[in-house]
Amino acid sequence: MGARISQKIAKTLIWTIALTVIIILMAIIVFILYNGLRVINWTFLTEIPREMGQQGGILSPIIGTLTVTVLAVVIAMPFGIGTAFYLAEYTRGGAVTRIIRFCTESLAGIPSIVYGLFGLIFFVTTLGLGWSILSGGLTVAIMILPTIIRTSEEAIRSVPNIYREVSFTLGATKWQTIRKAVTPSAVRGIANGIILSIGRCVAETAAVMLTAGTVLTMPESIFSSSRTMALHFYLLAMEGTAMDKAFGTSAVLIILIFFINVVANALVNRFVSKGH
Amino acid sequence: MEKYKIEIKNFNFYFGEKQVIYNLNLKVQANRILSVFGPANSGTTTLLRSLNRLCELNPELRYEGEILLDGKSIFDSRESVTQLRRRVGMVFEVPTPLPMSIYENVSYGLRLGQGKSKAAIMEAVELSLKQAALWEEVKERLDAPAMSLSGGQQQRLCVARVLALKPEVVLIDRACSGLDPISTAKIEESMSQLKKEYTIIISPHNVQQAIRVSDRAAFLLMGHLVEEGTNDEMFTNPQDKRTSDYVTGRFG
Repeated sequence: MGARISQKIAKTLIWTIALTVIIILMAIIVFILYNGLRVINWTFLTEIPREMGQQGGILSPIIGTLTVTVLAVVIAMPFGIGTAFYLAEYTRGGAVTRIIRFCTESLAGIPSIVYGLFGLIFFVTTLGLGWSILSGGLTVAIMILPTIIRTSEEAIRSVPNIYREVSFTLGATKWQTIRKAVTPSAVRGIANGIILSIGRCVAETAAVMLTAGTVLTMPESIFSSSRTMALHFYLLAMEGTAMDKAFGTSAVLIILIFFINVVANALVNRFVSKGH
Repeated sequence: MEKYKIEIKNFNFYFGEKQVIYNLNLKVQANRILSVFGPANSGTTTLLRSLNRLCELNPELRYEGEILLDGKSIFDSRESVTQLRRRVGMVFEVPTPLPMSIYENVSYGLRLGQGKSKAAIMEAVELSLKQAALWEEVKERLDAPAMSLSGGQQQRLCVARVLALKPEVVLIDRACSGLDPISTAKIEESMSQLKKEYTIIISPHNVQQAIRVSDRAAFLLMGHLVEEGTNDEMFTNPQDKRTSDYVTGRFG
């Protein structure tokens, strides 16, 4: 076969594959938005659900989702990023590094329901936190920790080593080097990991069902039980009683994730634009 | 007895099991330019990176012997390594601007310490950019990203960044290897100005550069110091046949 023909075939094939994927993804989004947007109005967003979600809005699940997510990310971020810096900058591949890496890699592959079970036993029961936003946030925090560690470590390692050397030759200490020469170049990669994790938090269902609970009332504090949006439409769809509300909730969820992505990217761009 | 800025005594250097520098003895006078030259893998870069202890970043490296700066060991644990690196600055083989503005690059080392006023930092930035023959080209755009400069300008920026710390010794590792002749000439010109204030050790990117810029030269071959002397001794009347073969281009 001639080089020109194989080139043509390869190009067509890749083009077709990419197009197929885009069509499928677009179809899902359009389908959900088409069915969901009809339900969304001001009342839907500002009222709490009534009659098991068949009537009313989804304000309390929205609040539940946001609080669980914020809590999880705020808890997981310092631990995750700190561990990543430790692994990338302070270890030279000893036993401790291997243990941490083995643990994070194992944890990354565990289904979220297992985290839910752990959260139920440890946070809800043993620590006596009960079904609450706090239990849910802590559980999801542990769940996203491996993602944050791995993406952050990758981002830190990809900073050219010469930046470190330059910083050292200018009389910087290790900490100054990490702070001033390494971190600015790693921020974008670290932020991408965080954004990915936020998406996972927002979409999490199984783990929060067992730890944050399923109540529809408005949470009063992080010690209150709550229901997240993903869980809300899962339950609505399972019971088949209010498919319109389920679609409405999923549409809000998609828009929320989209919104978080846009805002987070804008923040990162603003933060790292200097000098890059 | 003459005082030397740097004295290297019985220095051996190992990379894992492999020895890269063999029992090296070398004395460097203050306010002179010394070229340490030789073919690739002769240990010139390693030697330069030992002088500011940058080689210690790699845990597989180890050394024996002594290096004295103003008569005091640079490996003395009481002397801080960050202080040493401020006294012994280094310019790398490739231009290495950090991903920040021109001003932030040049003032990087100054901003690490405390208690320097903005005006004092700005003054030092201007002075060092002038010394590196870059001021006229960048004075209007100090806030521009350093990455936007040309290769030659970037390398002069790196020289300025080192000079801003007012070091005593400046190490220049094949600093012109990727540059055009005009940029190279500018850097060499600033070097001959700089030796009034600094001791300069360069690993030139070829013999011709060593001849052009240095006062003294040392020839390293496969980790051994073959010969060391003034430019005249080394390039017109070398004692060792290997030196004359290398400088006349019979091998290398």
